[in-house]
Amino acid sequence: MPAPLSRRAFLARSTIAGCSLAASPLVTPVSFAAAPWETRLVVIILRGGMDGLAVVQPHGAPEYAGLRPDRQAGPDLDGFFALHPALAPLMGLWARGDLGFVHAVSTPYRDKRSHFDGQDLLEAGTVTLEGVRDGWLNRMLGQMTGVQARTAFAVGRGEMKVLAGPAPVADWTPDAKLTISPQAMRLAELVMQDDPAFHAALSEAAMLSQTRGTRTKGKPHQKIAAFVAEQLRGDTRVASFSINGWDTHRAQQRALNGALGRLSDAILTLRDGVGAAIWERTAIVAMTEFGRTARLNGTGGTDHGTGGAMVLAGGAIRGGRVLGDWPGLDEADLYGRRDLMPTGDVRAPAAWLMRGLAGLERSALERVVFPGLDMGRDPGLLL
Amino acid sequence: MPFAPQLAAIRFGCGLSPVLTPPSDAVGLLDGLRAPDSVAERFPIAGFADYDRQLAEVARIRLRARKTGARDTDRPRIVEIGKGLAAEHRGWFVNTLLRWSWTEAPLRERLALFWADHFTARGKVMLMASAGFPYVEDAIRPNLPGRFADLLIAAVTHPLMLHFLDQSGSIGPNSAAAGRVKRMRGLNENLAREVLELHTLGVGGPYGQADVTQLAELFTGLTYRYGAGFRFRKNLAEPGAETVMGARYGGTSALAPIHAALRDLAAHPATAQHIARKLAVHFVADTPDPALVAHVQARYLATDGDLMAVYGALIEHPAAWGSEAGNVKPPLDFIASACRALAVRPEALQGLSRKQVQHHLLRPLALMGQPLMRPNGPDGWPEDDAAWVTPQAVSARLRWALSAPGVLCTDLPDPRDFVDRALGERATQPVRFAAGAAESRSDAIGLVLAAPGFQRR
Repeated sequence: MPAPLSRRAFLARSTIAGCSLAASPLVTPVSFAAAPWETRLVVIILRGGMDGLAVVQPHGAPEYAGLRPDRQAGPDLDGFFALHPALAPLMGLWARGDLGFVHAVSTPYRDKRSHFDGQDLLEAGTVTLEGVRDGWLNRMLGQMTGVQARTAFAVGRGEMKVLAGPAPVADWTPDAKLTISPQAMRLAELVMQDDPAFHAALSEAAMLSQTRGTRTKGKPHQKIAAFVAEQLRGDTRVASFSINGWDTHRAQQRALNGALGRLSDAILTLRDGVGAAIWERTAIVAMTEFGRTARLNGTGGTDHGTGGAMVLAGGAIRGGRVLGDWPGLDEADLYGRRDLMPTGDVRAPAAWLMRGLAGLERSALERVVFPGLDMGRDPGLLL
Repeated sequence: MPFAPQLAAIRFGCGLSPVLTPPSDAVGLLDGLRAPDSVAERFPIAGFADYDRQLAEVARIRLRARKTGARDTDRPRIVEIGKGLAAEHRGWFVNTLLRWSWTEAPLRERLALFWADHFTARGKVMLMASAGFPYVEDAIRPNLPGRFADLLIAAVTHPLMLHFLDQSGSIGPNSAAAGRVKRMRGLNENLAREVLELHTLGVGGPYGQADVTQLAELFTGLTYRYGAGFRFRKNLAEPGAETVMGARYGGTSALAPIHAALRDLAAHPATAQHIARKLAVHFVADTPDPALVAHVQARYLATDGDLMAVYGALIEHPAAWGSEAGNVKPPLDFIASACRALAVRPEALQGLSRKQVQHHLLRPLALMGQPLMRPNGPDGWPEDDAAWVTPQAVSARLRWALSAPGVLCTDLPDPRDFVDRALGERATQPVRFAAGAAESRSDAIGLVLAAPGFQRR
């Protein structure tokens, strides 16, 4: 039984995020060693099924106006495609070549069109879900050497299955911030002091709560992007978070304005947060579980579809282009006469990014990270 | 160390309560499972038949829409039904916390969560999203004191499991239906694989891909349709016999050979080892004493998977009574055992608004890493402590402990008493000091609940 504590002894022992920092896996000296590679990869999962045809609009296709009578015209990209107006704040990035798109891509998921399975497959990076227990971004980490506790960060409240697996991944959400009084914090440290695991986690939480640049105000996606940017300025090389709100079954322009606004905010917050030098080494890829039906439905929305679009951004990207093998919008060109036909695997551009950013071998990408993927020809996504 | 009442209440029960006394011996602990399930009567949760009745209306609306060719026929009504089910789901969750708070057979609540996790199933569409509690109430809870084989059959053939692991859409390639309907695409091995890997033999078990495929063929015909419950549909079943783990089943397309195969899998030594190990890991330690696992496994084999005997073997072994602080409680168990320590009044908890349940219970659970009944995959929640003791989760636990009890209880206890009520023999000097030095009563209560002696069991 330890001796009873006097108040003085207690005060002398405790400081905020106190004396135990050395015990914390996130702040041990080893994690200050230079990370094994210098580029940054951010994977944004767009949950709900982003309507690629409303975001990157093929206004040059003769059928488009008929399929989408609700179209909100945005800035033209290349004469054939135009951008949804809610992404207009990103046109500066497009002009600099820091923004690009790949159209008519999908995961190998077909026909059942369930969000649950679709997202699981997108994050698993496999062809079927049977027996899969990890995510492709975690398997990518498994191929790298020198991965430390903070090399990869899953940020936000929802589970990021894309980062689940045996390789170490830090997780934090800005709304887990320890908003308690200094006295409560000191006493919490005291009650946890004899349990190294709890005490270390508490100390880390206190530190993460004080991350520079994390806004105390602002919307959740802005706080998340600001937090990610701050980590990318440090040891973090891979980060992933979600942006929700893409399941636009009815009156979809309003919902899309909201979701695209969040995506645009998040990308610009990342750019501003990492600073010019790191931005040049950063690639952001935003991907979704499936696209939506080509034709607007009876309630001004679109239903679960197949082929969709992915968004690429960052100073490391060779942007200013809409890539992909355009399938056409004639009814006979559609998948099941209803969805944009997927002509490319959404995993292939992600694989080429990892090939270029982290130097992974093609064989590792096609066998381990994305088992069974044929990466095809190098699309030259990176500068 | 032999049976110790307080440790029994913490390690094998729902934690200490200021009003209910810990079990005095192993017989008392196990006898609770033989007694009528009175706490379930007091805090009821619907079975799946009730749930499915509400889906029957959805099925009728959809059928009408298909016949008339109209889109979105009465979609508002479908949304209304979904919202009603979600509201019931919140009520069932609250009743689960109340069962934890007031049960006199606490091992039952622990086993219900353990087996619900072993047989993880969850809804994949909005209308099935609230079916988790009814599934556990039907398939798991009544079978806790029985034989593992019966539990296995109840869980594996339950509508929610058939939905979750895609069994309803699995068609025998040579079945009557496969010949007739082109869009029916054939075998789905998902359930068969998980039965072998997760539910019975374990991932290291002595099965191969051929066993998975054969079991998947045997399983064809097990279906669930919204509003129509479970049905064995012969026209989907693959004709002919199947060989799984060297034994032949079927020949006739029926339910009996499927049950026979599940019974044989339940009796397999690899299953005994898998179950014994999981119980020891869950109740005792991330890396349990091999002697404990061997002891439980031997009892399983000797009694043909009689679960009461298996639990008895776990509880009688000295390695189950180590005095170290033990496993970290998963978030739901943490919150539920805090409710028991606080002796939350049923009307207080049942009177919480939708927003309060969201704000004070569901959102914190998700922040702690355990969104209610939504584990990552069919392998359920992690058992290793490290998965729960992350910076984010510990922050969320601490914040919850400091803020929620004041909402769940109108009259918080005196913190100096609460230290002993909640922690018993685990009360330490630093915790006593913190309870006295905190700035407010709610901070003091929170610090006691945040103590590792409370967060571990």
